[in-house]
Amino acid sequence: MASLVIAEHDGKVLKDTTNKTVTAAAQVSTPVHVLVAGSGADAVAEAAAKLAGVEKVIYADDPAYAKMVAEPMEKLILSLADKYDAILAPATTNGKNYMPRVAAKLDVPQISEILKVDSPDTFERPIYAGNAIATVQAPAGKKVITVRTTAFKAADATGSASIEKIGGAGDPGISKFVSEELSKSERPELTSAKIVISGGRGMQSGENFHLLDKIADKLHAAVGASRAAVDAGFVPNDYQVGQTGKVVAPELYIAVGISGAIQHLAGMKDSKIIAAINKDEEAPIFQVADYGLVADLFKAIPEMDEELTKLGY
Amino acid sequence: MKVIVPVKRVIDYNVKVRVKADQSGVDLANVKMSMNPFDEISVEEAIRLKEKGKATEVIAVSIGPQQASETIRTALAMGADRGILVKTDGEVEPLAVAKILKAICEAEKPELVITGKQAIDDDSNQTGQMLAALLGWPQATFAHKLEMGDGKADIEREIDGGLQTVEVKLPAVMTTDLRLNEPRYASLPNIMKAKKKPIDEKTPADYGVDVTPRLKTLKVTEPPKRQAGIKVKTAKELVDKLKEVGAI
Ligand SMILES: Cc1cc2nc3c(=O)[nH]c(=O)nc-3n(C[C@H](O)[C@H](O)[C@H](O)COP(=O)(O)OP(=O)(O)OC[C@H]3O[C@@H](n4cnc5c(N)ncnc54)[C@H](O)[C@@H]3O)c2cc1C
Ligand SMILES: Cc1cc2nc3c(=O)[nH]c(=O)nc-3n(C[C@H](O)[C@H](O)[C@H](O)COP(=O)(O)OP(=O)(O)OC[C@H]3O[C@@H](n4cnc5c(N)ncnc54)[C@H](O)[C@@H]3O)c2cc1C
Repeated sequence: MASLVIAEHDGKVLKDTTNKTVTAAAQVSTPVHVLVAGSGADAVAEAAAKLAGVEKVIYADDPAYAKMVAEPMEKLILSLADKYDAILAPATTNGKNYMPRVAAKLDVPQISEILKVDSPDTFERPIYAGNAIATVQAPAGKKVITVRTTAFKAADATGSASIEKIGGAGDPGISKFVSEELSKSERPELTSAKIVISGGRGMQSGENFHLLDKIADKLHAAVGASRAAVDAGFVPNDYQVGQTGKVVAPELYIAVGISGAIQHLAGMKDSKIIAAINKDEEAPIFQVADYGLVADLFKAIPEMDEELTKLGY
Repeated sequence: MKVIVPVKRVIDYNVKVRVKADQSGVDLANVKMSMNPFDEISVEEAIRLKEKGKATEVIAVSIGPQQASETIRTALAMGADRGILVKTDGEVEPLAVAKILKAICEAEKPELVITGKQAIDDDSNQTGQMLAALLGWPQATFAHKLEMGDGKADIEREIDGGLQTVEVKLPAVMTTDLRLNEPRYASLPNIMKAKKKPIDEKTPADYGVDVTPRLKTLKVTEPPKRQAGIKVKTAKELVDKLKEVGAI
């Protein structure tokens, strides 16, 4: 039949997690359609129409979708579900929020955070904080899938799909968006940055994260953190990398003052190159690091900054 | 107002699991089991609601083997009032868990169900959302802060970009995130008291739910292993190496 990808966006910009989900969807069932649920998100629909391999964009323009509140999203997706044998969303906090509702209503299991499509009904997914990979086969019927986007390449922008505009499917009126407090940053997003530099409890304070900011600005990197650094209030919650935070797989991950607990490794061990700076040579992070520097970060980071300056960064 | 808290017995978060040689799953023999850490946060939040006079009764529910009653006891020792154990051996998928919880909610009529955002074994992150959908209730996932109102709740959520507040009508399902609260340890007197609190034993059949897994696990394998690399001596050497391999 076909697969439906639910687009991730902020009302203005299509997120590249969508592009990656399109790649996964094309391996499950074709043609691929993309649902853009938003309010005044025309630019997003246009961007989605350019994704290679997408046949059609369905653009549901309604105030109920401005913040992708789960209950109206469930209704909308269910209203379209008949025509598809697979429905996929990126495993973002949005995807994780509305997709299980859709699966439950369709009376099918959801397959969470797939890493690989082995065949149209067989998928690989991480369990136990990524310390094991399960290969699971879905039963006959519709497939509801969330995608770990770090495991898929992004579809490029060489396509030209048609855009079908539809109205809303109704708001059950049991929930509503009140407000949000978003972290503002000029830097790339954590989950799509090519370089990530993360700080842990060893940073000692939020102030000290400025040391990492300086390096991040030079390398066009995103800044992340361990749970300990978030819990201590050094940085906001959306910085957290790990099993229960964000999963990242950049070209380069630099861990600074992070011990390397299982839960942290779960969120970064698929990075291409890992560098670690820690004053404890026994720290488990060194077991996964390609380049380890045993040093006091308060000395090493300014030195690193200076070296980069010398090299013209 | 009744609050239901589903609690799952999982492998302790400090244990690094080993995949079985025959690829049938992970080795759980003699491994330390504990309450799912997110569920401790849920129990704590429910008890705080009771202490503030907002909740009248806190019911801990677990679906699992006989030993899951220990997980319920832990919740009772923290301060929950009574437990329901739905006994089943073998894997239960989130959808089946949600169907059992739905039946329990229809019988108990809670105003709030608090689940963990994910169980740290299967990391499915589904059960609470599925339950909400089956009941036709609203949900607030990844809760960071709960503010109970009259017939409604304002819940601040941890989302990818920061924090978001939603208002949900009650009854509702909330799933807990790490920073909602810091769960208490049960005191010895409370552990003793918990032994006398009632736990009802049921089976999935009592609720008319078929728990046969729908997904077939074909195999469980080890992820590709990373090799430890080299140690560098100075920050300069680190920068040089990163430059050399084209990482910066
Ligand atoms: C349910 C659950 C979910 C979790 N989810 C996550 C998650 O998603 N992400 C996550 O990160 N964690 C998670 N954790 C927490 C995890 O178990 C660890 O507690 C946490 O990752 C530790 O953070 P850390 O490495 O910053 O702190 P620590 O373990 O305290 O390590 C600090 C490190 O800094 C080093 N250091 C200190 N000072 C300096 C200095 N001056 N120079 C150089 N090095 C220095 C120390 O040697 C040490 O190795 C979770 C835990 C639970 C129970
Ligand atoms: C190798 C392997 C792979 C699997 N893959 C999948 C898969 O891809 N998709 C799938 O749907 N299932 C899968 N399963 C089935 C899996 O066992 C169930 O998903 C699991 O028991 C429930 O999921 P969870 O605990 O991760 O749910 P989550 O949705 O992560 O749990 C969230 C919360 O729900 C509540 N809860 C969950 N279970 C219980 C319980 N038994 N009793 C009380 N409260 C509970 C708790 O409050 C918990 O914090 C797999 C099992 C195995 C062994």
